[in-house]
Amino acid sequence: MGWQRRILRVNLTEGTCNPEPLNMDWARQYLGQRGLATKYFVEEVDPTVDPLSPDNKLIFATGPLTGTAASTAGRYSVITKGALTGAIACSNSGGYFGAELKNAGWDMIVFEGRAPEPVYLLIEDEEARLLPAGDLWGRSVWETHERIQHDHQDPMLKIAAIGQAGENGVLFACIVNDLHRAAGRSGVGAVMGSKRLKAVAVRGTQGVSVADPRRFLQVTMEKKRILAENAVTGQGLPTYGTQVLMNVVNEIGALPTRNAREVQFEGAPRISGEAMREPRPTDGKPNLITNQACFGCTIACGRVSRIDKTHYVVRNKPQYWKASGGLEYENAWAMGADTGIDDLEAMTYANFICNEQGMDPISFGATLAAAMELYESGAIGKEETGGIDLRFGNAEALTTLVEQTARGEGFGRDLGLGSRRLCEKYGRPELSMTVKGQEFPAYDPRGIQGMGLTYATSNRGACHLRSYTVASEVLGIPEKTDPLVPDGKPALVKAFQDATAVVDSSGLCLFTTFAWSLDDIQPQIDAACEGDWSLENLLAVGERIWNLERQFNLRAGFTGADDRLPERLVSEPARQGPAKGLTNQLDKMLPEYYALRGWDENGVPTAETLQRLGL
Amino acid sequence: MTVTLKLFASLGVHLPPGAREHAVQVEIPQGTSIGELLDRFGVPPEQRHLVLRNGVFVSPAGRAEPLHAGDSVAVWPPVAGG
Ligand code: SF4
Repeated sequence: MGWQRRILRVNLTEGTCNPEPLNMDWARQYLGQRGLATKYFVEEVDPTVDPLSPDNKLIFATGPLTGTAASTAGRYSVITKGALTGAIACSNSGGYFGAELKNAGWDMIVFEGRAPEPVYLLIEDEEARLLPAGDLWGRSVWETHERIQHDHQDPMLKIAAIGQAGENGVLFACIVNDLHRAAGRSGVGAVMGSKRLKAVAVRGTQGVSVADPRRFLQVTMEKKRILAENAVTGQGLPTYGTQVLMNVVNEIGALPTRNAREVQFEGAPRISGEAMREPRPTDGKPNLITNQACFGCTIACGRVSRIDKTHYVVRNKPQYWKASGGLEYENAWAMGADTGIDDLEAMTYANFICNEQGMDPISFGATLAAAMELYESGAIGKEETGGIDLRFGNAEALTTLVEQTARGEGFGRDLGLGSRRLCEKYGRPELSMTVKGQEFPAYDPRGIQGMGLTYATSNRGACHLRSYTVASEVLGIPEKTDPLVPDGKPALVKAFQDATAVVDSSGLCLFTTFAWSLDDIQPQIDAACEGDWSLENLLAVGERIWNLERQFNLRAGFTGADDRLPERLVSEPARQGPAKGLTNQLDKMLPEYYALRGWDENGVPTAETLQRLGL
Repeated sequence: MTVTLKLFASLGVHLPPGAREHAVQVEIPQGTSIGELLDRFGVPPEQRHLVLRNGVFVSPAGRAEPLHAGDSVAVWPPVAGG
């Protein structure tokens, strides 16, 4: 158990919803969520498919622990071929939607085809039907949420939706559930929009059973105690959220600033987690109202913020005066340090709009940063930007363009292409800070060497959440390594990648791993699921998932030549801080990484490796 | 000699008045170590988790080494993010 053993197949072209038994052979090999849905995806979809065509599929997948009593067990993932990247995409989200879907009796939903007219899917336990969404199309995530709950007179409905960004084909559109939790990266929202699927609304009352209830209860209680007693998950994350990293990463000189021209931002203290808690000079109130937890989470790292009513950006917009999802570290970096902006209120507003209209703030902010460099270098001018003075540090440009991008208006149409296509369009591809088409996040690989290899080899394009070696290189979890040297990083990256693939396939949140190792997660999976879930088997599952994703990308046309970083990171030395004079030494790390993975010198898994992993 | 002390997250309460953006310049005698500097400002030893000198991590053993004029010391309790 753990799994509900049932998936829902929704053919949007035909308008049909059909249940199917879950393939338990695959569940034993791929666990659930990221791994299992990727297996379904690669079996069913031609890797060369156009991501926005009806032939692409979109899978919402829970893990075997989703909806159970384990801490943080509310996660689900969206798996598809990414609109932004053309690579395998898997975007993970918290909130309450995933647990509700599982409680309705489903492990996964597989969407195929394209609806002739906009629709949304309503699931009430085993009942699933497609309903017209003509009057929802054109509306924001927040309005859609309110309308669906109102129309069904059910405030308990959990909803995942796209906003205008997903409808308008913004290539980094995301899917937002529970108003401000997002399956954020790689443009999964654009794929959903291309299918004319506006939302999924779920009510689930069936419960989730586990294989050995008594052992499960005992072990999950014991592991919750570890989270509570650990200083990071018990105090640091609930109090400061991920945003506590702003000053840390700035101090160590790895905060990509002004499109990664620099590695330290003088405004960092003003946009940090600490600053969010300090009273504002204008109204004497802090930006941060409280923290918030996802389903079943005993950490509660989420931020809830309120914008200063007197700030220019909301002075005449009372609809944004209420509390909503606040800045996380990545968002604050992308729309702050990377754009050279230090106006916390303007950034919070841009964050609200990203949630309201369904856009990935990392890719949006990093694309805006690239546009700012295009502007300052003269590659574009006011003619292109619609009169906006697009210099670094201009907060009004941020708040105007975040709206234009979601709506597909003005220069926002260009920004909605993402940084790679934008920089190519204006003849300066080297200014795009992307890997496999995806904007890299808030760690500069010149100051944290392992993150260079992490970005270069991530199967979904540049990403910190595929192997968060920052934990070791900066924070000393599980043990401290030197961020400035490449030695030992290939093994570290591989170990993090495989372990993360397991966590992402279980239904748990990756943030538990600041306190838990796989040794803590394994007994929870083992008590919930029948079968062999030894540590050894789980590690093999993680490695199998990684190689399965890799194979999909190779068949989609990627090669080892795509495992590279933006030229700036490997040829322009850091200008200040501890990494001054250093570039990222990817060339040293990559061959060793390939060898450790059992891949040939072109990054292709050898026949022996595939056989060992049962692929 | 003068060094810069930066205390972040919950350690901010140990900064003296006059600190701006979590940082303050302090006068210390030659030969003062990071440990002694933090003692002077009452930073609890068990809270000295991430300690940087000029942005570079200093292990617990290295915190007894003398500081140099112009050094910057930054300290956090156990924190993480993502
Ligand atoms: S740690 Fe944060 S992101 Fe993870 S489940 Fe808890 S509240 Fe959600």
